[in-house]
Amino acid sequence: MQTVGLAQAAVEERGIATASITMLAKITAKIRPPRALSVPYPLGFPLGEANNPALQTAILKQLLALVERDDVPVLEELRV
Amino acid sequence: MLPSSAMVETRKLSVGLRAFLKTYPWRRIDPVPVASLSKPISECKVALVSSAGFVVPGEEPFSDSVRGGDSSFRVIPGDVNVQSLEEHHRSDSFSHAGVEADRNMGLPLDRLHELAVTGKIGSVAQRHFSVMGSITAPGRYVKHTLPAIADLLVEDHVDIALMVPV
Repeated sequence: MQTVGLAQAAVEERGIATASITMLAKITAKIRPPRALSVPYPLGFPLGEANNPALQTAILKQLLALVERDDVPVLEELRV
Repeated sequence: MLPSSAMVETRKLSVGLRAFLKTYPWRRIDPVPVASLSKPISECKVALVSSAGFVVPGEEPFSDSVRGGDSSFRVIPGDVNVQSLEEHHRSDSFSHAGVEADRNMGLPLDRLHELAVTGKIGSVAQRHFSVMGSITAPGRYVKHTLPAIADLLVEDHVDIALMVPV
């Protein structure tokens, strides 16, 4: 979670909006990337389930919607 | 602020990993930078950054012998067959079964292309980026790797970068 969180900060500083997925919301809350989507899946399964395009797309759509938020840092929970 | 699931999410982790997560000095981003979108998502070019350690076949794998973690990065072309990517993440702190069965689990490139076809996003970036997570000594990663990735995202006129850890 730290590896992508730090990447978000570096990229966001260059004017590109970012959002990340997290499986460890408590850790992400400490790191404070601009926008993160907390998913209820174990490490190794950020998109939920292999070969489940519907679920993966639903997660990506919520991740994209999060990018419109400017009230950073924002940590949102997945709704599926 | 914290989702309710945060209370249960660490239960299934190993004792060693839980101890690490509790005591590791996490880097706190402060102040938190923010870049606001200047156009609708349906007009944005979107790139993916994955920490799943994916490598295009034939390119140099990530190394497990670098102290503090291999901080290098790989470029993943937007038109790659995502299932052909090799996974070289060396950590045993998570199950690799998901990304082994479907690379979209760590780099949802097929899903991103579908979102472009349906008009949800404007376009898929020509380059995406792969690093190997579990970098416990991120000094070099922050100083060299991330600025290099950010340079390429700017060069490609990317509007949104979605980040996927494993």
